[in-house]
Amino acid sequence: MSITGAEALIKSLEAEGVEVIFGYPGGAVLSIYDALRESSIKHVLVRQEQAAVHAASGYSRVTGRPGVCLATSGPGATNLVTGIATAYMDSIPVIAITGQVATGMVGTDAFQEVDIFGITMPITKHNYLVQKAEDLPRIVREAFHIAKTGRPGPVLIDIPRDVSGVLLEKYEPVTQVDLRGYKPTYRGHPSQIRNLAQMIKEAEKPLIYAGGGILRSGAHEELLALAERINAPVTTTLLGLGGFPENHPLSLGMLGMHGTPYANLAVQQCDLLIGLGVRFDDRVTLSVEHFAPNAKVVHVDIDPAEIGKNVLVDLPIVGDVRLVLEDLLGLVEEKEHPEWIEEIHRLKKEYPLTYGDGKSKLRPQYILEKLAELLRGKEAIVTSDVGQHQMWAAQYGKYVKPNSFLTSGGLGTMGYGVPAAVGAQVGAPKATVVAVTGDGSFQMHMAELATATENNLPIKILLFNNSYLGLVKQLQHFFVEGRYTGVEFTGNPDFVRLVSAYRNACGYRITKPEEVEPVLKEALHNGRLTLIECVISDQELVYPVVPNDKGLDQMIQFPGEE
Amino acid sequence: MKHTLSVLVENKPGVLSRIAGLFARRGYNIDSLAVGRTEDPAVSRMTIVVEGDERVVEQVTKQLHKLVDVIKLWDMTNEEYVDRELILIKVHADPATRAEIMQIVDIFRARIVDIGRNSLIIECTGDAGKINAIESALRPFGLRELVRTGKIALARGQKQKD
Ligand SMILES: Cc1ncc(C[n+]2csc(CCOP(=O)(O)OP(=O)(O)O)c2C)c(N)n1
Ligand SMILES: [Mg+2]
Repeated sequence: MSITGAEALIKSLEAEGVEVIFGYPGGAVLSIYDALRESSIKHVLVRQEQAAVHAASGYSRVTGRPGVCLATSGPGATNLVTGIATAYMDSIPVIAITGQVATGMVGTDAFQEVDIFGITMPITKHNYLVQKAEDLPRIVREAFHIAKTGRPGPVLIDIPRDVSGVLLEKYEPVTQVDLRGYKPTYRGHPSQIRNLAQMIKEAEKPLIYAGGGILRSGAHEELLALAERINAPVTTTLLGLGGFPENHPLSLGMLGMHGTPYANLAVQQCDLLIGLGVRFDDRVTLSVEHFAPNAKVVHVDIDPAEIGKNVLVDLPIVGDVRLVLEDLLGLVEEKEHPEWIEEIHRLKKEYPLTYGDGKSKLRPQYILEKLAELLRGKEAIVTSDVGQHQMWAAQYGKYVKPNSFLTSGGLGTMGYGVPAAVGAQVGAPKATVVAVTGDGSFQMHMAELATATENNLPIKILLFNNSYLGLVKQLQHFFVEGRYTGVEFTGNPDFVRLVSAYRNACGYRITKPEEVEPVLKEALHNGRLTLIECVISDQELVYPVVPNDKGLDQMIQFPGEE
Repeated sequence: MKHTLSVLVENKPGVLSRIAGLFARRGYNIDSLAVGRTEDPAVSRMTIVVEGDERVVEQVTKQLHKLVDVIKLWDMTNEEYVDRELILIKVHADPATRAEIMQIVDIFRARIVDIGRNSLIIECTGDAGKINAIESALRPFGLRELVRTGKIALARGQKQKD
């Protein structure tokens, strides 16, 4: 029985267990959409292709499986670019499928032709321009294998329209991959792991610095076991939030530019810094020369190229974090460091994460604390956009479960929050999904409200409206003497009315602290797509702030109430 | 310091652009890059000369390794290896200078491969030192045009292992 290239593609996707594709059609993917009709795979029609990648990313983060998105050639493909780069920077496995002009037209500047293969080379883990339909099953198998193994990442498959349209004699499934140039190292070197065990034994002030790698490798249980066994406090990166329960006494919350004061101070004091699935990003280290000055530095990561890239390390271990921790747990003994733990308690007490009074006027931090309270014990996923609200969501969200906080860390892509929530809700239909967003970020992808309605996704959008691009305003406040340029919104819509224009959706506006709890409670239980606009002061700032050229102990702290 | 990397890659479309793009994007300086197929038609070998200190070269090799199409690579700099470059030089030559040029060609064991009315094309192979030397020896006669292949290299002895 003959089948088209597109049908072979869809069959191959089904063989990978794909249940949903986020996409947007066009001429170059006609046969793919035609093949999709007969498939068990559900299609979620977004409103702009970038949102399809973010949704696939959100879906992937909550399900642990690669998310799939589909777009047509030319503008459809270029609209994917920011989404792909976002997934690439955060090591999220996403498969992006694009249509392309027919092979005979490639290179002629044909209608809707763009070299998406070339464009996405630096922002994908790997990519393909398919030459023959016969190759599709192999390429799909390879793409999934590459996307989800090793250091995960996006893979793009560009398919010319004649390749998807052509008739094949038969469909031959491919189950094996044979990639001689791709062999990730999973097990850490035993002698290096022994060295780490020895360093832990000798350390008096050990500290664990855990990142997105914990979540990508599913190492949260091993991390907890290690921290408890050796009594080491744990700080996580923005992407690592949820990898270690923030209600645990050893948790220090997030470190870095807007990290908790006690996490940042602890990093500067520790004598052993154990980096697990991290990359010593500049938002974490700030001035590299002043970073963890008293510590021996250990770096465990599956990507050898991350090791030694930004900081020199004393002990490198290449391997999957979960497997390395598993091996390490076989070697390390229990340890107590009462003085260090006492020092940590002192730091937490003397340098708390604070914002002052949340009762007399509406404060974003207070709202997020309340949200965390109401979500406690629930199956809940919080996504965020990018800006001040993102940092508050990171600081006050108190995440206890892996993959319960989804944000664009590496690229800082405004517009991520709502489409990621759409994808997360598709992947976790029973979960309460809340997108924390700002008035700026929301407007980048507010069209996705329609996607949510159409698919009966009761996501909650918690919108912090300060009528500003707050984080940029904050940068201008601190670093260009308050010369505010291009950051004020005077034409924002009435967001509550806006959401009410969508079917089966509703909106609330909060202006006073006493409204927070009742409105959130109602919104979380109404079973509908809901937007909650929180009208907050444009004077709010994210504290602490570590300037770029300073060490983590040189924070600008919350100055207290005026 | 200059490092010579020998890189085996899948002979697939886009490989050269992946590698060149990687160097450009990460700010590494390519001194020269030569590429051609190997004994296995599915595999090409690139010889890349890159300028940088140990740390840069370590990053370069790690980043190259990450490319799915890169099968194997070696930094040959501190190994025993044979390297060659090919140069074609079109040099100005009139009856008065021809004899002298031919003498230089002899000394370098180069060859004259084309004779024009007022010029000669000379072909020479050798390591970078020799190629540089013949180039400067011929320069005073007036170099019309010149092309170099960039370095290719192979390790001495047995086939290279990881
Ligand atoms: C796509 C994109 N464009 C620009 C920026 C730069 N940027 C970072 S935060 C920010 C302001 C975000 O404003 P809003 O969403 O209202 O959040 P707020 O900071 O006010 O909470 C901007 C413009 C970005 N991160 N992403
Ligand atoms: Mg704002």
